[in-house]
Amino acid sequence: MKHKVATTINGHRHEHEVEPRLLLVHYIRDVVGLTGTHIGCDTSQCGACTILVDGKAIKSCTMFAVQSEGKSLTTIEGMAQDGKLHPLQQAFWDEHGLQCGYCTPGFIMAAAYLLSQNPNPTDDEIRQGLEGNLCRCTGYVNIVKSVRSAAATMGGAQAKPAAKSVAGRS
Amino acid sequence: MIPAAFEYARAASIDEAAKLLDKYGEDAKVLAGGHSLIPLMRLRLAQPSALVDINGIKGLDYIKVEGSKVHVGALTRHVEIQNSDAIKDKLPILAEVAGEVGDNQVRNMGTIGGVVAHADAAGDYPTIALILDADIVTNKRSIPAKDFFKDLFTTPLAANEIVTEVVFPVADGPHKYIKFRRRLFDWAIVGAAAQKMNGGWRIGLTNVGPTPVRAKAVEEALHKGAKPEEASQHASDGLNPSGDLRASPEYKKHLARVLTRRAIEQSA
Repeated sequence: MKHKVATTINGHRHEHEVEPRLLLVHYIRDVVGLTGTHIGCDTSQCGACTILVDGKAIKSCTMFAVQSEGKSLTTIEGMAQDGKLHPLQQAFWDEHGLQCGYCTPGFIMAAAYLLSQNPNPTDDEIRQGLEGNLCRCTGYVNIVKSVRSAAATMGGAQAKPAAKSVAGRS
Repeated sequence: MIPAAFEYARAASIDEAAKLLDKYGEDAKVLAGGHSLIPLMRLRLAQPSALVDINGIKGLDYIKVEGSKVHVGALTRHVEIQNSDAIKDKLPILAEVAGEVGDNQVRNMGTIGGVVAHADAAGDYPTIALILDADIVTNKRSIPAKDFFKDLFTTPLAANEIVTEVVFPVADGPHKYIKFRRRLFDWAIVGAAAQKMNGGWRIGLTNVGPTPVRAKAVEEALHKGAKPEEASQHASDGLNPSGDLRASPEYKKHLARVLTRRAIEQSA
């Protein structure tokens, strides 16, 4: 029997009838049509499918679409605003935080969650915060740099006037 | 990987969840955090006929200190336990363990009730529950941890019985949990817990058998005044771990001894 699932994804309302066994990542990609969320390992390990559900990073391959009823979801497509990249996206670009790019949407969503909890993380805290995401191009050094740079841009814009020049760099 | 088809129902209360489990019969499963169940379903190692989703039940996620007891609601996520000031103050080993479950995304979803009810031999909370003499409370009764973990993935829970909370004693003395694994987000190859409590030591082991193990021979040796390096030699007494892809039985017994020593020595 199909169930109704009504969610808000990146600020837009979506309502569909879905089978209970439909995984959230398949719902987002195949039903809603947002293919920025990737499927990597399909075994809850790699984090490529990371999205935010009510602000919390989760692996969308390990949740059923029916569980997202009434919730607010953010995917990589919801990060850029008015044609302007989110500071995390810009930082991954500027700091070469990706090689093939397959893991990048998951990393950016995990990093967005990290910075929501800890706006000024140390490098160790960044690595801890990204422990649930794997990059098989072995690009972690630049990923950490990217998150550090984005933190300076985002936190700095609010808390530290001196960091404003960083924000204006792009 | 697509799970087999199943019926799905959301419960708004424990009573409703129990009624739904009655209705769907013994092949139904409770869906809490889902981070053990859903991977098993995708591999079709589990094919429940129905899932009763308890995530919408209000008032099942809480941490309460009452006198000498710490009550943790079944739907409390690992991240809440990890970050709870009350847990850090009254039961810090549980915060330590919670922070080492899976990764951030997993800890945002996974629940203590789910881990306990799933009774995986490699689960970390069951070891802590066992050595601290915690009680597993359900909608029907309270079960001492020593009677709860009966065998691999096997508990005394009836088909319509739901874990509602885990009640631990306050334990704020020196402690350490060492989770030995190859990658940060893996299950323990072997885990060792040490907790000083009421003047004595509680020592436990994870993933050296079908259930968590309390290393009483180590506790007794320490009680008689043995040094950690001597007492920890008893950690593998009576163990008969099965080998797996990560470790042979001999290696697991070796780890039990080494990690027990380290856990005692590093307790703080």
